Amino acid sequence: MTVALVVVSHSARLAEGVVELAGQMAQGVPIEAAGGTDDGGIGTSYDRIEGAVQRALEAAGGDGVIVLYDLGSALMTTETYLEFQDDEVRERVRLVDAPLVEGAVAAGVEAASGASLDAVAGVAASAWGRGDPSAVGDDGEGEGGEAASAPDAGPVASREVEIVNESGIHARPAATLVKLAARFDAEITIGGANASGLLGLLGLGLGLGDRTEVRAVGPDADAAVEAVADAFAEGFGELPEHATR
Amino acid sequence: MGLGREWAIDWVRRSAATLAEHRVELIHLDRDIGDGDHGENMDRGFQAALGKLDGVADDASPADVLKLVATTLISTVGGAAGPLYGTAYLKGSMAVKDASSLDGGAVASFLGAACDGVVARGKAEAGDKTMIDAWLPAVEAAREAASSGADASAVLTAAADAAERGAVATEPLVARKGRASYLGERSAGHRDPGAQSSAYLLRAAAEAAAGAGEAA
Repeated sequence: MTVALVVVSHSARLAEGVVELAGQMAQGVPIEAAGGTDDGGIGTSYDRIEGAVQRALEAAGGDGVIVLYDLGSALMTTETYLEFQDDEVRERVRLVDAPLVEGAVAAGVEAASGASLDAVAGVAASAWGRGDPSAVGDDGEGEGGEAASAPDAGPVASREVEIVNESGIHARPAATLVKLAARFDAEITIGGANASGLLGLLGLGLGLGDRTEVRAVGPDADAAVEAVADAFAEGFGELPEHATR
Repeated sequence: MGLGREWAIDWVRRSAATLAEHRVELIHLDRDIGDGDHGENMDRGFQAALGKLDGVADDASPADVLKLVATTLISTVGGAAGPLYGTAYLKGSMAVKDASSLDGGAVASFLGAACDGVVARGKAEAGDKTMIDAWLPAVEAAREAASSGADASAVLTAAADAAERGAVATEPLVARKGRASYLGERSAGHRDPGAQSSAYLLRAAAEAAAGAGEAA
């Protein structure tokens, strides 16, 4: 069982498209579409939302459901629906304020790794302002996101690392790095991108042979840099001579 | 005199009629600063509510009728008006649920609860250029009238007058909520369609009350 997703949109085609897109990187994650009015026009449908949430809850087992939405009435109609449900349902459904596409993609990846409802909601919500992947320049350098780092926030450590796995920093390694970073009391950046932001890391566009700097500031700076460097060196478990999980 | 089941039913009928009559006007207002579907949505929602009136029990309270309007709007109106008006009628009906007939004070309670529901659902503030720019002054006028002893009909008339003025007052505002907010400054100079439909609905309520008085 994994957390399930529901995509609510004013457009049936938009909802279905987002489901398709997010599904590519979220194998095994139930994702339901609730787009358009009852007669297939532009707008939102209470019945479609109700149906999608119920199917998602069933598919998720006890793991819960994340609901993402596009504009205005998509949110309000979903909220109205939830207010009519009992606590048991409301506790297992999270309505997350996130950009529809990026939030669904990020949530799908996180859910696929078996993350909890809170973790998936957090990743979706953090899809805002995580750096525009298209802002990365052709040479692979650029701003993948902002790292908060006060001048006297503690010890600093840094190291240059190299991508040794063929697929580079795609979704699964990025998700691995996000989870790894969370274990340390330090602000960690990789190539300037905040290591706790999935989309920022993906936006770095790092591939095989690329070198970049890992930097950490905080009490666990040394341990953090060590752990991240190890993850890079091990190719995120994707090197041929390593057993795959 | 108190307003009961018959008034509530007549309100729904008059609402359906006025929204059908003003359907094109509301479409145009919404086309100017929105997605153009408000007139259609309100007409569809209240036609559906009209259709449900045959099922209203003989001993239904006004709250029962209004709750029926609420759930109908929620499930048939696919734009923002669905959850917003739906919540208004729902919360309003809950405020008067035990009353078989509404006096001036009860009408003011109904309107106040309905308005609070819209604010909680849509999170707009006064001046955002939304339907609450008609509802907030309507509620204030209703409370003032009720506290000075006006009967239900007079309270509704005061509310309807204030709502109409409120709707006109949305014209110079810059939208800060809803689809119109995407237009920014360009939304100024146009009346907000949700405020206008609110004014029509409250006028229908007042006329239904006046009609009830005549029939007595």
